[in-house]
Amino acid sequence: MSTYLIKNAKVLGGDAQDVLISDGRIAEIGTGLAAPDATQIIEADGHVLLPGLVDLHTHLREPGREDAETVETGTRAAALGGYTAVHAMANTDPVADTAGVVEQVWRLGQESGRCDVHPVGAVTIGLNGERLAELGAMHESAANVKVFSDDGKCVHDAVIMRRALEYVKAFDGVVAQHAQEPRLTEGAQMNEGTVSGILGLRGWPAVAEEAIIARDVLLAAHVGSRLHICHVSTAGSVEIIRWAKSKGWDVTAEVTPHHLLLTDELVRSYDPVYKVNPPLRTAEDVAALREGLADGTIDAVATDHAPHPTEDKDCEWAVAAMGMLGLETALGIVQQTMVESGLLDWAGVADRMSVRPARIGRLDGHGRAIAVGEPANLVLVDPSARRTVEPSELASKSANTPYAGLELPGRVAATFLRGVPTVIDGKLA
Amino acid sequence: MKRHLISAADLTRDDALLVLDTAEELAHIAERPIKKLPTLRGRTVVNLFFEDSTRTRISFEAAAKRLSADVINFSAKGSSVSKGETLKDTALTLQAMGADAVVIRHGASGAPHTLANSGWLRGSVVNAGDGTHEHPTQALLDAFTMRRRLNDGKGDLEGRRITIVGDVLHSRVARSNVLLLATLGAEVTLVAPPTLLPIGVETWPCQVSYDIDSTLAKSDAVMMLRVQRERMNASYFPTEREYSRRYGLDEKRMAALPEHAIVMHPGPMNRGMEIAANVADSPRSTIVEQVTNGVSVRMAVLYLLLGGSEPAVTTTATEENAK
Ligand SMILES: [Zn+2]
Repeated sequence: MSTYLIKNAKVLGGDAQDVLISDGRIAEIGTGLAAPDATQIIEADGHVLLPGLVDLHTHLREPGREDAETVETGTRAAALGGYTAVHAMANTDPVADTAGVVEQVWRLGQESGRCDVHPVGAVTIGLNGERLAELGAMHESAANVKVFSDDGKCVHDAVIMRRALEYVKAFDGVVAQHAQEPRLTEGAQMNEGTVSGILGLRGWPAVAEEAIIARDVLLAAHVGSRLHICHVSTAGSVEIIRWAKSKGWDVTAEVTPHHLLLTDELVRSYDPVYKVNPPLRTAEDVAALREGLADGTIDAVATDHAPHPTEDKDCEWAVAAMGMLGLETALGIVQQTMVESGLLDWAGVADRMSVRPARIGRLDGHGRAIAVGEPANLVLVDPSARRTVEPSELASKSANTPYAGLELPGRVAATFLRGVPTVIDGKLA
Repeated sequence: MKRHLISAADLTRDDALLVLDTAEELAHIAERPIKKLPTLRGRTVVNLFFEDSTRTRISFEAAAKRLSADVINFSAKGSSVSKGETLKDTALTLQAMGADAVVIRHGASGAPHTLANSGWLRGSVVNAGDGTHEHPTQALLDAFTMRRRLNDGKGDLEGRRITIVGDVLHSRVARSNVLLLATLGAEVTLVAPPTLLPIGVETWPCQVSYDIDSTLAKSDAVMMLRVQRERMNASYFPTEREYSRRYGLDEKRMAALPEHAIVMHPGPMNRGMEIAANVADSPRSTIVEQVTNGVSVRMAVLYLLLGGSEPAVTTTATEENAK
């Protein structure tokens, strides 16, 4: 296995250090390190070194929608975005609700070799919200599933949710809830507010998310389980989670990059690239989400990377699919919204994009300290670079990015997965 | 004027007055034995209807034909509209056919906006009603009707008090009317049960009331919106009877209106629900006039979007000497 010497990188944004990678691990950290023979040297002046990013919420679409994304193309996008591990959501076709399907996805991830793929298991059979899937079998499978979610749909039945929360305690699993009260959101097209009223689009009210979160934190407290909330999108949700945490309850939450940046004003264009679930909210919500991420109420940034083929987006709003790409732009959005605004430093970015998501997913090899002996899952970022998002240049099989033409700060210069570069010089290795 | 008419908000005060004044001129054509002008000869207007609306389609068709345009009626209703490709493919077909204007009615809010801005076709797009979004030519014909009845067909509607009653939440007519009437200086009050008002309505350029009786005495015009009976099943209101009692316009309520006030309805009506039969048929009712005026207003819109700089009506214009 090759050795790599990263020279003069700001570890977690701190002082410049050299980092020697050997045999898949961090072998040495210091200044003026000598390079052993046959070492590849990476000049990293001004670059920031972070632990490899971990995504709790990725739609890789395989099996079933290989026209939108595959494990292969999705993990390329992940590596280019600085990720060393992603959680593949269960709403595939067939649904990942059996050991067989999660093992298939897990194996595809192993074959890709660019990024660890941890399948998420469905909570209920077929995501129907009625009967528990074989959670234990998925956990015991080769995929070793620890995160369970019906994402795309809410586990809306309070009894099923309670049982799931309780059941996964036996193997330290966590239920990740897509919080959406179904009756309040029938036919919903966008955030319910001033803009939806003007546009005549059926509203998705904030309360439909907040009511489920409030119920579920109470349920989790009652049965002593841990609970994770997917893609928190409203100021009210942040308040409820802040309250639940103040009680000492084991509740965690994630926010997507797009909810940190975009608002429902963009829907005035009726451009389906802005159609996403939960929907883009208001500027007040964006501010509250940034604040919640900064103070740790929200634990993690998760992409909700949701590829869709052109024909599902190049159409009128009402029939367009919901979701947007995220893996290759997440870090740039976080730099812009959180770092450049002064809300988080780079150590904070490492915490919210690697350390905490790895802990929530119980991934032992990721989200570790940058220290001698640790697995070399690393991402090297050039924060001074700027780039304009060009959909056709993305590695994802789909092009539904809402950031086309937008200039974002930062560039992933290199990504290492257990000491092997998956990205070098900003390109796939 | 902009190249498309998607929202009543696309019209400035001057644009709106130009449409109304042009429509006044064109209305006189209807009184001639030959109701046809050569203005749009050789131009193609497509009526693209994804939703059934015979009245609106016929109105646009008559308008285009009176301006000598070639009219193609394209009914996409019933075909699979579940996939968005349908709208795109249809648009590309119309583009290939050389449509100069596409009049679109669609069940999805925003479909005309998408059609106009997607690059799928080059012609002008006229929104003939999209989902629960807008219906700008309905608002123009309503304003035209009000101006004739209340202002001798001249000027704007400054200071006129217009009350719009009914299912505002699902009404494209209400949205377009609020925007256009505000542009023309009218004072609009929306009246509805709170369940049938959209979140955010307080930011609209109008007043809101839950009580019809407190607004009638100071209304110059009252517009009753159609209330679909199926809303009852979704618990927007308890029963038809209760809706009718609390928000319907019956003879007693009509009597509370000022002498000069008019009663409007965009049609189709639910007689006995939002409007009593005797009210609909009373001399105050402009419901039939609104239909007539619709043709003039739509002629004006098509002319102004397509017709270029020639005057719409020359005093001597006939089929023969216009060549
Ligand atoms: Zn979700």
